[in-house]
Amino acid sequence: MNVTLFFEQLVNGLSLGSLYALIAVGYTVVYGIIQLINFAHGEIFMVGAFGAYTVWMVVGSPTALSWPMALFVLLPAMILGGVVLSVGTALATERFAYRPLRGAPRLAPLISAIGISVFLQEFVRLFYRKLPGAPDSKRAIPFPRIEGITGHSLQVGAVAIKLSSVFTVVALAVCTAFLWYYINKTKTGRAMVATSQDPDTARLMGIDVDAVIMRAFAVGAGLAAVAGVAHGLYIGNIDFKMGFMAGLKAFTAAVLGGIGNINGAVVGGLVLGIVESFAAQLGNSAWKDVWAFVILILVLVFRPQGILGAKVADRA
Amino acid sequence: MNRNHLRVGAAAVAALLAFAGCGARSDTTDESTSGGDANKTVKIGVIAPLSGDLSSFGAGIRNSVELAIREANESGAIPGWTIELAAEDDQATPDVGQNAATKLAGDDTVAGVVGTMNSSVAQPVIPVLDAANIPMVSPANTLPALTKGADLTNPVRPNANFFRLCASDDKQGPFAAQYLLDSGITKVATVHDKKVYGKGLVDEFAKYFEANGGEIVAAETINPDDKDYNTVITKIKEANPEAIYYGGESPQAGPLSAQAKAAGLNVPLMGGDGLYDASFIDLAGAAGEGDLATSVGAPVDTLASAKAFVDAYNAAGFDSGYSAYGAYAYDAANTIIEALKVTLPGAADVKSVRAQIVEAVGKVSFTGATGDIAFDEFGDNKSRVLTVYKVESGAWTPVKSGEA
Repeated sequence: MNVTLFFEQLVNGLSLGSLYALIAVGYTVVYGIIQLINFAHGEIFMVGAFGAYTVWMVVGSPTALSWPMALFVLLPAMILGGVVLSVGTALATERFAYRPLRGAPRLAPLISAIGISVFLQEFVRLFYRKLPGAPDSKRAIPFPRIEGITGHSLQVGAVAIKLSSVFTVVALAVCTAFLWYYINKTKTGRAMVATSQDPDTARLMGIDVDAVIMRAFAVGAGLAAVAGVAHGLYIGNIDFKMGFMAGLKAFTAAVLGGIGNINGAVVGGLVLGIVESFAAQLGNSAWKDVWAFVILILVLVFRPQGILGAKVADRA
Repeated sequence: MNRNHLRVGAAAVAALLAFAGCGARSDTTDESTSGGDANKTVKIGVIAPLSGDLSSFGAGIRNSVELAIREANESGAIPGWTIELAAEDDQATPDVGQNAATKLAGDDTVAGVVGTMNSSVAQPVIPVLDAANIPMVSPANTLPALTKGADLTNPVRPNANFFRLCASDDKQGPFAAQYLLDSGITKVATVHDKKVYGKGLVDEFAKYFEANGGEIVAAETINPDDKDYNTVITKIKEANPEAIYYGGESPQAGPLSAQAKAAGLNVPLMGGDGLYDASFIDLAGAAGEGDLATSVGAPVDTLASAKAFVDAYNAAGFDSGYSAYGAYAYDAANTIIEALKVTLPGAADVKSVRAQIVEAVGKVSFTGATGDIAFDEFGDNKSRVLTVYKVESGAWTPVKSGEA
């Protein structure tokens, strides 16, 4: 493998890994607080992509905007639309599918999450196309081109880096910085940490645990929506079942990094993405998922708490 | 108390939506026409992907069969009998297809089945129908083994009830390889989706291509569930191919073409009939320009015998196009109807004459929308026309037709 190839695969791995990381944060934040593996989170990511697509559709499906307009007006509007729809959906699922089961045995909300996941997929599949002007949602839908990103590359030496890759990695960096600030520097963020460490004591200290849980869902959903837009730009199309595989991989990344640990989710996502791309390069591409999961198993055998260590309250 | 109300409310909403979902999903239609009341009912089944990524192909198959049935009922093709459509969704998934086949086999009025689209689905479906003596006429299954068994040099027909109208991969792969060689392309990278169809096509392509002076410079695979093909593309790019040959279907091929060109791999992508659909062009976007696909049959809209079909299809007001396999599906339905014409009159019920129907299907000979229809001893159509199409100005344009 020569140097150019090494860096090209590294960029591929970082881009894919950034997508995993952005989704993985949602799994980890929610797990850290209520020990729920929110299997519907992959679908929240999918809903975010469709939210962004809807904004594009509502403003008249523009295809020939100048790049400053597309990049600084349309794209932020699409991200906002995706975030609003994702956060709204996540809060609704929390309120109606998880909160009623808060005192129930651990497996009940897990099954409820799988149900929500199937429900959201089928809902988008069957009803999105009924919106006026919407494309056939039973199939993959080409994502809008954003002039200034889509189809352009940055040439660094011999390595061509797609601007959609740059966008994905930058989105992860910005979101991680925002998250760090939110968790460490704001009162609500610290309430979240306190709740994850010991929910009962947090409640005694006057923290509104229900509000904290809703914020955890909202933060995860917001990042998933950003991932949805990045996925659309990087991959070029979206569909109703895009959340399933991505969700599974992101959950893997969260476990790999240390479930409940936000930095761990980011590291786990990037590691998984990079391992996948190099596994495809070095071996046969058919084996890339095998190697990705071999690495996962090895990490968990020798370091069951994940790369950076799990941060989960001991409820015993 | 309040919480309980909410819970009941949410459950009710969920139940309502679930029912709405069921309604929208049901795709089985009764096509009873206003024929005489004394008419007995015979059903022609369809097993095809009516939902999911491949639903545009599946809808074309289903609608074309419906059209053939409608026309036969209007002209009273089988006196005393009314034909109905029994369409089942296989979701392009073998086990779902097998369930659909079991359901149709359990219906005593089913006389024949048009389907499937995917060879991987056909594999479990054919034996189920064979056990019930129901003929299956496929518009789209291209796996050679379905008619000739696993060993092509020593062919043995595995199931007497299976017939197909399209040319198989052992014809389609070499046809594509010859086209590329004729265009002066000798270095090709192959990619397939690990499914029966995709792998079979690539194997046959590579065998012919290498035997005739071409070189396979990279052989890779993708997961159909993956969305990101950049790692594979980067790897292929290193081998400097002059074209990519892809075994698989448009939902993956379109994005693969788009991502390849975005990564600077500006060579045409070529594939089989699974690419020959408008959805490929949608997903590939501008990157699809110059990409190639072989498909079964001569180009439908230029063929004189197909014009009547195309006109009737367009006049029937279906909500989707006839797609790659529509004309073959229409011919497949008519093949079964031809067989019913000689077996059903005088029969007390469908079930008792099923063996004769299978036999009659093997002996049909008529001119359909795609040309002359007649089967050889393996159940393959005797005419094996293939066409290479190229994406030009955002549409599939035929560039070369020929007998394979």
